[in-house]
Amino acid sequence: MAFDTYLLKRADFIFKDEEDWKNILTRTLKLPPNAIINELMSSELKGRGGAGFPTGLKWKLTAEAPGNEKYIICNADEGEPGTFKDREILTLVPHKVLTAMAVCAHVIGAQQGYIYLRGEYKYLVEQLNQAIDEFHTICQSLGCQFTIRIFLGSGAYICGEETALFESMEGKRGEPRNKPPYPTQVGYKNCPTVINNVETLAHAFTIFKYGAKKFYDLGVQYSRGSKLFSVSGDTPKPGIYELELGMSLEDFVNEFGDGDTKAVQVGGASGFLVPRKKFKATAIGYKGKLSGISLPTGGSMMLFNSSRSMYNVLDNYLEFFREESCGQCTPCRVGCQQLYQGIKAVKRGEKPAGYLDKLLKLTETMKLTAKCGLGQSVANSFSSIVENFREEMIY
Amino acid sequence: MNPINDLIKQLTEQHGRKRESLLPILQGVIEQEKYLSEYAMIEIARAMDLPTAEVYGTATFYSFMEHRKAGTYIIRVCKTITCSMKGKNQILQTIEDMLKISLGETTPDGRFSLLQTNCLGWCHKAPAMLINDEVFTDLTPEKVREILKTFLQTTQN
Repeated sequence: MAFDTYLLKRADFIFKDEEDWKNILTRTLKLPPNAIINELMSSELKGRGGAGFPTGLKWKLTAEAPGNEKYIICNADEGEPGTFKDREILTLVPHKVLTAMAVCAHVIGAQQGYIYLRGEYKYLVEQLNQAIDEFHTICQSLGCQFTIRIFLGSGAYICGEETALFESMEGKRGEPRNKPPYPTQVGYKNCPTVINNVETLAHAFTIFKYGAKKFYDLGVQYSRGSKLFSVSGDTPKPGIYELELGMSLEDFVNEFGDGDTKAVQVGGASGFLVPRKKFKATAIGYKGKLSGISLPTGGSMMLFNSSRSMYNVLDNYLEFFREESCGQCTPCRVGCQQLYQGIKAVKRGEKPAGYLDKLLKLTETMKLTAKCGLGQSVANSFSSIVENFREEMIY
Repeated sequence: MNPINDLIKQLTEQHGRKRESLLPILQGVIEQEKYLSEYAMIEIARAMDLPTAEVYGTATFYSFMEHRKAGTYIIRVCKTITCSMKGKNQILQTIEDMLKISLGETTPDGRFSLLQTNCLGWCHKAPAMLINDEVFTDLTPEKVREILKTFLQTTQN
């Protein structure tokens, strides 16, 4: 057992209507920054975009970084295939995100915040701007000069990578930067910047309202709190569900599968495909102290039943990566093309089945040498599909 | 003078001439013109005092910044995995048959362009498509025909 619990438990915080959010804002802004950071750290909230960096630590590092100009950016460039929770948060409970942004600004000493909204969600701009206007009025009445603006993307998956997002906001091609330095030191316009996923900020609100303990009591060790899951594919009930972290994939499939689930893609195209035989041994959460497979995720859960060809699934992912690779570094630019062409060649019989092993080696190289998470994570879905469904790749 | 120059002047006044304003300015031109002509990119570069290559390089990075002439209504059908599994091809076929164009083409009257795009974030209501900035989900061939009919009628009037 990798985790102390395996039960699938629903939670209901994110979309709960909190009419007293203005009071929460007023109350939290009166706290000293250190108290807020400590509260976040003790909640063990980790970034909900998928990478899982401790949120309290991120705020702390940015607060401590030297510099007069600092920024808080909400990453709403939700582009991972199979993820659609951030859109729902911004549609239903935008004030929670805005409140958490203002609190963050108070903690790190920022005057300006941005929401980087993907171009595909342009239809949200009008109502989101209304929410922001209303929020500004409240802020001013509290003597807080913090303002938030929307920055609209234009259809580039890579801009969800934090440093690519800064480049994009600076009016350039969305090409990721070298790390380190990290955004907490050198971010937007080279100033210390907190960049948080939409959902992370919404959880921060929950912590401000209910306290760290309430959040900490959800989930399991090393994977505290709840998480939104975007469920799609071959399921009778696709949608967005808030569940506690640490559940086993088997329980998840029992709840959401159609009775014929062959595999689940955890974490979108850049995540892992888990075949049926591994459902039981797989838990959804961050790496624990015990053995067993634990998969962190941005919340994308795509179910495939036995009517689906895993070759088609992989082909679709590779087409996606080959288009969305920014082209800056060679391992990713050339690697994605080679993988895409390579599985086609094997399928057509132009290359022997052993060529798949060469491609697997290529993904290892990409994992080691690609500049950012995009090129590094192609190996995840590629190897998990090819290794578990090799025969489907060939015949 | 070309009306685009007025638009660029207005956009640079609104957003400023700093490099950070480049994307909002490009987006502003696209909102009006549906695409970025070579002329527009050169004029933006001039207005912002940037090398033309920088403007071109930035604009062509983003998939929603068309630099080929596009229709008044740009249809973008999601082709990522869930939409693809849930019948994206039938949706494309229906649109192609109705508008008598192939993927990547624009109708001769310049009203519609048909494109594919990556994940639109509506996997739970797949298949999905965008027509300009408006999203349509849970598509079926019948539903697509109804939607296109309303667009065809409004543009005729």
